[in-house]
Formats: sequence, C-alpha cells, structure tokens
Amino acid sequence: MDDQIKKIEVSNTTKIFGKHSKRAAQLLAEGKTKSDILKMTGATVGVKDASFNVYDGEIFVIMGLSGSGKSTLVRMLNRLIEPTIGKILIDGENIVGMNKEQLRDVRRKKIGMVFQNFALFPHKTIQENTEYGLEIQGITKSERQEKARESLRLVGLSGYEEQYPSQLSGGMQQRVGLARALANDPDVLLMDEAFSALDPLIRKDMQDELLQLHHDMGKTIIFITHDLDEALRIGDRIALMKDGDIVQIGTPEEILMNPSNKYVERFVEDVDLSKVLTAGHIMKKADSVQVDRGARVALRLMKRLNISSIYIVDKGNQLLGAVTAQDAVQASETGKSLEDVLLKDVPTISKDTVLTDLFDVVSTTTIPVAVINEQKHLEGIIIRGALIGALAGDGQFINSSERTVETVKTEEIEVKDNE
Amino acid sequence: MNDLLPRLPFADWIDTGVDWLVTHFGTVFDGISAFLKGIVEGAVDVMALVPSIVLALLFALLAWFISTRRIAIFTLVGLLFIDYLGYWYSMLQMLSLVITSVAIALVIGIPLGIWGSQNSTVKKIINPVLDLMQTMPAFVYLLPAIFFFDIGVVPGVVASVIFSMPPTIRLTMLGIEQVPKDLIEATEAFGSTSWQRLTKVQIPLAKQTIMAGVNQSIMLSLSMVVIASMVGAPGLGEEVYRAVTQLKTGIGVETGVSIVIVAIILDRITQHAGKKKQGGTLT
Repeated sequence: MDDQIKKIEVSNTTKIFGKHSKRAAQLLAEGKTKSDILKMTGATVGVKDASFNVYDGEIFVIMGLSGSGKSTLVRMLNRLIEPTIGKILIDGENIVGMNKEQLRDVRRKKIGMVFQNFALFPHKTIQENTEYGLEIQGITKSERQEKARESLRLVGLSGYEEQYPSQLSGGMQQRVGLARALANDPDVLLMDEAFSALDPLIRKDMQDELLQLHHDMGKTIIFITHDLDEALRIGDRIALMKDGDIVQIGTPEEILMNPSNKYVERFVEDVDLSKVLTAGHIMKKADSVQVDRGARVALRLMKRLNISSIYIVDKGNQLLGAVTAQDAVQASETGKSLEDVLLKDVPTISKDTVLTDLFDVVSTTTIPVAVINEQKHLEGIIIRGALIGALAGDGQFINSSERTVETVKTEEIEVKDNE
Repeated sequence: MNDLLPRLPFADWIDTGVDWLVTHFGTVFDGISAFLKGIVEGAVDVMALVPSIVLALLFALLAWFISTRRIAIFTLVGLLFIDYLGYWYSMLQMLSLVITSVAIALVIGIPLGIWGSQNSTVKKIINPVLDLMQTMPAFVYLLPAIFFFDIGVVPGVVASVIFSMPPTIRLTMLGIEQVPKDLIEATEAFGSTSWQRLTKVQIPLAKQTIMAGVNQSIMLSLSMVVIASMVGAPGLGEEVYRAVTQLKTGIGVETGVSIVIVAIILDRITQHAGKKKQGGTLT
C-alpha cells in the first residue's frame, strides 16, 4: 500500500463543538474522555485525533453508528465543518490553512459531494441541478449543458433532464445527486450516507452502479455509512469509528478477521461471511501444465505436489481443462497426448463470486474449482477445505487482500529443469 | 418611587429632538414630502384619465394573467360596483396611497430582510424595531410625521409604510432561513459564493414565503387608510372617516364594503403571484 499515491492525508485532526473549544482541546490532550470534557466545559468532542490516509483511486469507507462522528469527519475534508485542530492535505495542500477563495476553488474543482437526503434544488430541473456546480464556476451555458447531459447519461438518467426532483423516485433523485457531483469532474467524491435513505433493493443496485462507475472513472471515493454490509461490499478499506475515535482502519477482511478490539468484534460478529468473502479471498495458487509438455510432465508434477489432478493451459496461459493422475498415467503408458485425456468440462468461476454462490459448484465436483478471469486465464483454485475453513472464520484460509494475490505462475520452468 | 428617583424628562427630550430635526432638516423633509406627494397624486391623475370601465377591464385582465378567471371576473364586477356607488375617484386615491406605501415598504423591507437573514447581528437589531413598529399606536408616529411632512397624503404614506413593512421583513428572513440546511450545505460544498447561494438557491426558494409577506403588507397598508385619512390623506378612508364622524351608517357600510372589495382583489392577485411558476416544491 505504501507505494500508492496519497490523495488525502488527515493528521491528528480534532473537532470540538461548542464554546471553550480551546480548553476542551487541552483537556483532550491530557487524556480526558469525551464525557468528562462535556461535564467540565460543555463542549462536545465530535472527532478525536483522527489520522488516516486515503489513496488515489480507492473507495475509503468511514463507518460507524450515528453520533460516532463520521459525518463530522467527512465534512472536515471540504471544510463544511472547520477542524478545531489538525492538518488535512489534499494532493499535498493543507486545506485547513486556505483562505476563502482557495477553499472555494478546491470545492469547485477537486471535491464533489453527495448527500444523504439528496439535497437537490427543488426549484431547478434535473438538468439545472446537474449544471449547478459548473454554473457557479461561470462556465458557458453550452459547455455546462453538455457536461451535465453526459453526467446524467453516466448515471442512466438521460431523458429526465426537464423533470423536477419531486417528480423522481428516491433512487433516481440520488442518481441526480451523483450526476451533479460528477459533472464537475472532481478527483474526490465525498458520499455522506448517500444510499442510506434508499430502500434495500435500490440501495444494492446503486452500490453496484457506484462500483461500476468507480471502476470506469477511477475516482477517489470517501463513503460514509452506518451499514456494515454496505461498508464491506464497496469498501477497499474501512475506517470504523466510535464516539469520535477511529478504532480500526483496514481492508474488509482485516476488519472481519482481526478485529482490533471488543467493539469491532461485537460489530462484525453477525456478519455473514459467505456473503462478504469472495473466491478471490480463499483461492490458492494454482499449479498448471502447458498442454504441449505432455502427460509425463503433468504426472511428475502431480506426484511432486502430492495432488490428484492438475489444470492444463495453452501457451497463452488460457485454461483448457484438467487432467487427473489416473488419466495421465494411462496417457503416458499408451503414448497419448495430454489433449486426448483432457477433461474439458471443468467447473470454473470468477474471482468476484461470493462464497455463498460457491457451495453448489464445490459440492458437485471431484477436482478443485478453477478461478479464471475474463481472458480465461487461470488465476487460482478453490479447495473444499479452504471454503469451510474460511466460513469458520479461520484467518489462515483467507488471503490478506484481493489485490495481493499474485498472478499464478505455472511451474513449467522448474519441471523442465528437472528433465 | 417618584420621590426616590428624579423623573427624567423623556417627553421633553423627544419634543426637543423633533424640533431640532424639523429646524435643521426641514428642507430634506420638504423634498421627500414633495416627491411622495408627486408620486401618489400623479398616479391618481394618470388613472383618472382612463375611463373607469376601461381601467376596470385592464385590472381584470391583469388579474386573469396573474391568477385565475374567477378572480378576474370578481375584479371586474367589484370595481364596476364601486364605480356604480360613486366612489371611483376615492378608490383610485386609496389605491395610489396603498401601492406607493407598499412599494416603499418592499424596496426597504426585502433587502433588510435578506440582510437580516445573512447576519445575526442585524437580525438582533431588526427584530425589536419591528415589534415596535407593529405595536406602537399609529397616532404616536402620525404626530411627528405631521411635523415633518405637513398634513395630507404624505404622513399617511409614512404611517402606512411603518405599519406595513414588518411582515415583509419578517417573512423574507423566515423564508430564507427556512431553506433546508442540506441545500445550503450543497451550495457550499460546490463552492458557491454567498451571493450565488443567495440568488440561485435561497431567494428562489424563499419566494413563496416572501410573497406571503408582500401580501400581508398590502393588507396592513389597506387597514391603515382610515387612520391615514385623519391626517388628511384623501381616498376611501376619508369617506369612511367622514361617514363615521357624521353618524351615517349607510355610507359607512358602502365605503367599507368598497375597501373590502379592493382588499380581496389585491389579496387574491398577490397570493397567486407567489404560487405561480414555482416548478418544483420542497419535498
């Protein structure tokens, strides 16, 4: 992770609401608790000494229950709420020290925001709403109209330009909210409980669409939610907040598998792992043999690895099928090629398949299930033991992060050397 | 009490203050007086040039354009009825007084209301002043108004302005403050300037509430016409005042009903002006 570009760096940022915030900050530094400070000064600690980095292009979820300070924290990132103490760097520039004009410029060009209750302007049409951020920058009418139309197209709302927000359903209104934020083409998107006001089915659709948009546009997204399932579903990394504190930051797997304290543990204990973990999390490195190496090489590799079947790929590493040890023995004795004994009808799945959809495939096959990507390249295999182990919550069966799983290298070179 | 504390001569101070103003700013007040008088009487003269039936039709058309056909018909019938009763010219005088007063009240009141909505200190100062304007008996400020502006229509205008301005200011402030917080947040988050926030979001969304204030100002201004007539403002109010002092109940009712007709017309038209062309509603 360290080699990634830091988009936002928040260091030791605190927000205290109410009078006597200076004194409250001092008490906080002395280690007094939130309730002590409230009693002594009447000031409320909103966010306490938050430090984290958000990397370029990731979806960073800030999650916590109501009152945990997550909305305050996100509003400090564009200074809708002034931090009491702390430093917030966006692209290396400290926005806390900026004057009004500089801040306005950052808000106009770098940061877009989507709100829980949509916050669309009821007196403006969908088109005008979407244009708003461009309009206030003084961009010409024709240019902003075009950008807004493009943005509405992205969220699937072409044809609704002349409607008013009140004529649209909640899900569609939030698409407008998203389109309005995207129209400015900001690097960073702040989404404050953006889907919380939507009903569950629509919410899931919106999550999918957001992931798709994120995939296509590669924006840095900071997403606030109180819903753990949502956080696990869309977050590359999650910061869990409680009473103004960030209690843990990590990938969904880290949060699930290694809760840093009792609070996180209690928070995540009811999570249905089979709906969160994907094939990518539990797949193991796959061993394969190129088809033209012949049955003998395949057999030898199987023996050495102590496995009873092996996947066969072509020169381009595309999956062709599998061969069992039995068939390989037969082939090498009769001088047949690997192709002749190849099992072509092998079960395959993609890396994103959640475990709950794996049960059926895994239970009906005798060989490990192949995980392939869109190019039909073999990425890994799923063995039954790992599936069950992961569901039992055993961390050793779970890959630390989807992205750290390396592309599987075949061991053909090594085998060749042995010959 | 009176023995312990010396009685401060507030009344004397105020009298002296008024005298001082009249002596030193007499020409200024004369100028304002002449200006207002010119506007009110000029408007009456212009309207009087048009035959009553034509003017009634024009008003009806205006009503139709702004609101509904029903109100347009009521406008036509109501105005012709006033003409039939023989109060047409008095009605024009009253209308001119009311429109001038309300126009002044709006020109001062709306910007003040906007200012108050943006600045809490201003608001803290405005609010008690508005209370004063609304509760202070009108005669109390009519008296100095006579000193400043002489007898006639002008102190009537001044009294009407003072009495009718508060609702416009209050409802302008209220309307702007009622714009939901998240919309304000959205304007901020996109990097709007205060002026952009005000003109593109706050005022358009407060329009309906502001128009309700305008409507109230018109109604209050109408309710002042009888009092204004006591300092010499001509019009239907004067007719009512005369009927009352001469104990002529019949004429009193005729003129009173005429005022009510004008009031209903103005009320319905302005109510509709606020509602029309509001594309979306706050959800």
